[in-house]
Order: sequence, then structure tokens, then C-alpha cells
Amino acid sequence: MEHTSPFERIIRGVLIAAVLLFFLFPILWIFLMSFQTNEQVLRIPPSLFFSPTTINYTSLVTGKLQTAAGSLDLAFMRNLGNSVLLSSVSVALALVLGVPAAYAFARFKFPLSEDIAFTLLSFRFAPPLLVLLPLSLYFQAIGLDDTYIGLIWVYQLIALPLILWIVRGYFEDISPDIEYAYRIAGHSWLQTFTRIAIPLARPGIAAAGLLAFIFCWNNFVFALILASADKQPVTVGALAFVTASGIQYGQIAAAIVLSVTPTLALALFAQRYLVEGLSLGAVKG
Amino acid sequence: MSTTNEAALSLAGVDKIYALNSRKPVHAVQALDLDVRKGEIVALLGSSGCGKTSTLRMIAGFESVTRGSITLAGRRIETLAPARRGVAMAFEGYSLYPPLTVRDNIAFALKSARINATEVDKAVKEMAALVEIESILDRYPTSISGGQQQRASLARALVRPADLYLLDEPMGQLEPRLRALLRGRLKRLLNERGMTSIFVTHDQTEANALADRVAVMEGGVLQQMANQTELKERPANLYVATFIGEPPMNVFDAKVEIGERVRFIVKDGPALDFSATAFSQAARVAIARRARAVIGVRPHDIRLGAGDNAAKVVSNQWLGDQSHLALDVAGKLMVAVAFDQVNASRGEIMRYEVSSTKLHVFDADSGEAVSHGAEAA
Repeated sequence: MEHTSPFERIIRGVLIAAVLLFFLFPILWIFLMSFQTNEQVLRIPPSLFFSPTTINYTSLVTGKLQTAAGSLDLAFMRNLGNSVLLSSVSVALALVLGVPAAYAFARFKFPLSEDIAFTLLSFRFAPPLLVLLPLSLYFQAIGLDDTYIGLIWVYQLIALPLILWIVRGYFEDISPDIEYAYRIAGHSWLQTFTRIAIPLARPGIAAAGLLAFIFCWNNFVFALILASADKQPVTVGALAFVTASGIQYGQIAAAIVLSVTPTLALALFAQRYLVEGLSLGAVKG
Repeated sequence: MSTTNEAALSLAGVDKIYALNSRKPVHAVQALDLDVRKGEIVALLGSSGCGKTSTLRMIAGFESVTRGSITLAGRRIETLAPARRGVAMAFEGYSLYPPLTVRDNIAFALKSARINATEVDKAVKEMAALVEIESILDRYPTSISGGQQQRASLARALVRPADLYLLDEPMGQLEPRLRALLRGRLKRLLNERGMTSIFVTHDQTEANALADRVAVMEGGVLQQMANQTELKERPANLYVATFIGEPPMNVFDAKVEIGERVRFIVKDGPALDFSATAFSQAARVAIARRARAVIGVRPHDIRLGAGDNAAKVVSNQWLGDQSHLALDVAGKLMVAVAFDQVNASRGEIMRYEVSSTKLHVFDADSGEAVSHGAEAA
């Protein structure tokens, strides 16, 4: 790599720029759109220059959407709150259940352990629509449809297998002798798990938690079928922008910007742990 | 030496069977009886997979005991959690805690025992000086070499008060000079403080130098537990005889003829002929019960340049302080060691002699020792 000519470096720079432009341009475009009115968005030819407006954001925040056909109520902020609630509680629950389970699968061999682990993974294979109809019938029967608890429970199908399988790998990479060394110095099994195993696997737990959060956040069908308007997350709530008087592109763009922000912030926060995990590395010694 | 006859650790009929309920259970340790006296240093010596590490881990509590009992300082410990057994251990893979500095790693065990900070600091410094890692106390385990990690791990195990110290290959990663130095210091520390310890090694020099007694294991079975002299002079069986000693003992199958004289006839090789009176009565009786036997002689017990037997010299190596001669005897190589330079070139015929007092006789089938140097085993 040291003996690259200036020409090669220029080519590499251009190619990287092309890739970045390809992937980032839609995001940039949506960001710009969120500051334009519907008329400005639909202008032919489109232009990068416009006088920005914050009308989209204010209508989202206040919940009043002014359209040609009159005023519409928007539940966007409530949807956003639902998304935060559903995703964070689901991931928290999945971590509480999944991390000890991952440790058990990594450290102990018990009858059917591999089969149980694989069954949990297999929840990710089946298309969600396959289970949704029976699930909604059951939920109606036991009174769990249109409840946060029911949704969080179903979200475990997304979050739990992810966390279990990613964190399990990290636990397996920690030499058991490190834990033995701690236990023989007079500590219980539980202390060893909380003070040695979990801190050493923290980068993995952070990565798994982040991924699970993103998957939960982006989920659409579970909430669409199992929840009514007041429990729905942003993914479903965005449907409201397709109104009788047309598609509200400006609001959609603003909604996307707002709904991407929490996951983006979380990713930036967790990135620290991920980098730390890589540089600390070599747990195996 | 501060050893007493009081047993500190006692293993009775200990079995370890891995995958007990599967189709192919592995019997890693078989009916092991082992007594370690208070303040004694015992080496578990054997090749890979002989059961020595399994034994150590059962004592520490990281492997369950399939059958049998372990008693430490008067308490039955085989079912206790590792934390409650009162043992300290240095691991072969070092197993330092990555987020802590070397200093904190060593101090860790003491801190959790609630000892005041100055005491902890003093103990850590002392132990660090012993294993020569004072200069790296503030570094992290991932930034130091394997040898340094191993010494830190050793210091962490030894710094803590315990009824028993378990050391798994404590010096495997160290360079020879440091290893010899640390062996001496470690032995002095263990003796001075009367620390009962068991260490696992596959290096017999280390076992001989550090241990008061050596337990030789093979195939999950304790072959012999004795001091170094006894292992060399009175090995319990053919395995111990050929495993202990460098170069290893020369062994040959021989036909036994006993009467006025005691004769061992090696097929296509020499016949060793001794006067019957050269053997004790008990040894003669024991040998006479067998028509065949395995005879053995240690390389440095072969007298060169004298005697009735002769063999062709295959090689003659001068190591600077001793000569290793390989002789062609009965189609095998017989190694002889002499402590001066031997004037013999390849292909030359060399006379040699084996005295009855240096001869080891083993049962041809079981390998059990029959006699050592004319005395019954």
C-alpha cells in the first residue's frame, strides 16, 4: 500500500467518492426535501436551491397538517413515542433474557442445548406474515391484541434471536480460565458472570443491542396488524401522509429525518463501544 | 524443609470420566489415590492427555469428580464451589483480566479479601520482584509478552493466602535462563512459607528441580509417586523407567535362565551372565518365576571398553561435558553415556559391561518392576 502512485490515489479517491455519493445522496436529498413545501418538491426540473421552510416540522410536532382539502390531525409525535417505547423496552427485555441465555449456551452443554438455540434462531427464517394471522387470533382470544405488552412480546421474535446468537459468540471468545481465575479467588458464579463475563463481552452486547434496536425500529407488519392507531410506531404512522389530497412529500421527508435521528444517535453512541471492543480485542490472549 | 507428615490434601479413589452417558466415555483419571503433605511441593508429571490437568482442575473445582473424594485441610471439598475450596491457581493460559493493569490483576485477589491498601501494595511489590515484573506493573495484559503474562499469572496465584496452590505449567513460556532462576526462587518461597503446592508439568527437569515428590501419570493412572532418586533408581514399572531419565533407559526383551548362574539372553544380541550370588535371594525368586523378562539399564550405568559383550558403534557425540554413544545391540540402538571423551569412531566394535547392581528387570507382560540392581522391587 505504501508504493501507490499519485494517479492510483486519485482513482481510489474518485471511486470512494462515487460510492459515497451513490449511498448518501438519497439521504441528503430527503434532508433537503424536509425543508421544502410540496410544491417545491414537485417542481420540474428539481433544484438544489430553494428558500427553506420549517412548516413540515412544525406541522409534525403540532400534529396539524394543512392541506388543500383542509386540516388533518397527525399522530406523528405519538407514533414516534410509540417507536421509542416499543423498541427500547423490547431490546431491554431481550437483553435481560438473551444475555444470560447466551452465556448458558456458550458455557454449558446441556441436553438439547444446540436444538434450543437453533429453534430460537429459526424464528428469523419464517416470513412474519406466516405467523401473523394465527398470532392475531390468539392475541384477540387472550386480550393481548392492541396492547404494548403484546407488541413487545412479539418483538422478541426479532430481538431475542439476534442478541442470543451475537452475544453467544462473544462469550465463547472469552477464555473460561479468566472466569475460573475469578471464581477461585473467592467469587460466586453470579459475581463472575456480572463482573467478568459481561464487561468483557460488552462490545458484543452493545453491537447486538444496537442491531436489535434497529430491527425493532424498522419493523412494520407486526405493528400494522396487531396494533391500532394509538399504539402504532412511525413505520406504520407514515401511512397517514398518503392523504386524500395527495402524498405529503415534505412531511414524509421530515418524518424520515426525525425517525432516523434516534437510531443514528444510538449508533454513534454505540460506535464508541464497538471501536473500543476492536482495539481492546485479544481477549483470547 | 517445612514438610510434616500431616496430609494437607488427600485424593481417594478419584475417577474422572468425560461424556459418561455417551457411547464413547473417556476415562481421563482412574482410581487416583494421592496424598500431599502439608508444605510439600508435588509435581504431576506426564505426557499430554495423561490426566494431570484433569486432576488439577478437579482439585480446583472446574471439573466435577465422577467418583471418589478430595479432602483439603480436613474438609471434604469435591462438591464445594471453587470459591469455597481455599485453593489458589495459576493457569496455563495465564487468564489475566484484560481490563486491569498487571498490578491490579495481582492485587485483585487480595482486594476482594478486604486487606488494607498498604499491605496489598507491599505483597504485590514483593511478588512482582520475585518473578521480575516490577517494570511492567502498570501495563495491560495485552501489551506484554507471553512470558511476562505467565509471570504475572504466577504472581497473582502466589500472592494470596490459600491452603493449596495449583500451578498449571507455571513456567512453560519462559526462556531457559529465567526458568532456572525462577525455579530456585519459587522453591525457596514455597518452602519458607510452607505453601502446599501441586504443579503440572511435562518437563522432568522442572519436576525434579522444584518438587519434593513427583507423581508420574500416564493414561489416567498414577504410575508412581516418589522422590527423584527413587524414580530413577527404583521405577515402579517399565513406563516410569523409560519416561524418567535423559537419555531414556535402554530396554530389551530377554529370555531368563536361572540356576547356578543368572542369564538374560537377548534375541540376536548379547547374553548377560551373572553369578547367582550377585542377586539377593528375593530377587532370584522373583526373577525365577519368569521365563521371559524385560531388562533395562540406564545409559550412564553402562561401562564402556570392558566386559564380555561387544557391539558396533553407530555414533559418538561429544556434548562438551559428556559423550553419548549409540551402539547397535540386537537391532536396536543402545545409548551409553560416559563423562569423558571416548575414543571410538563409527563402525568400530566397542566392548561394554552391565553390572548386576545397575540392572533393572521388569515383567514382560505387565511391565511391573521385578528387581532393581539385584534387589527385589
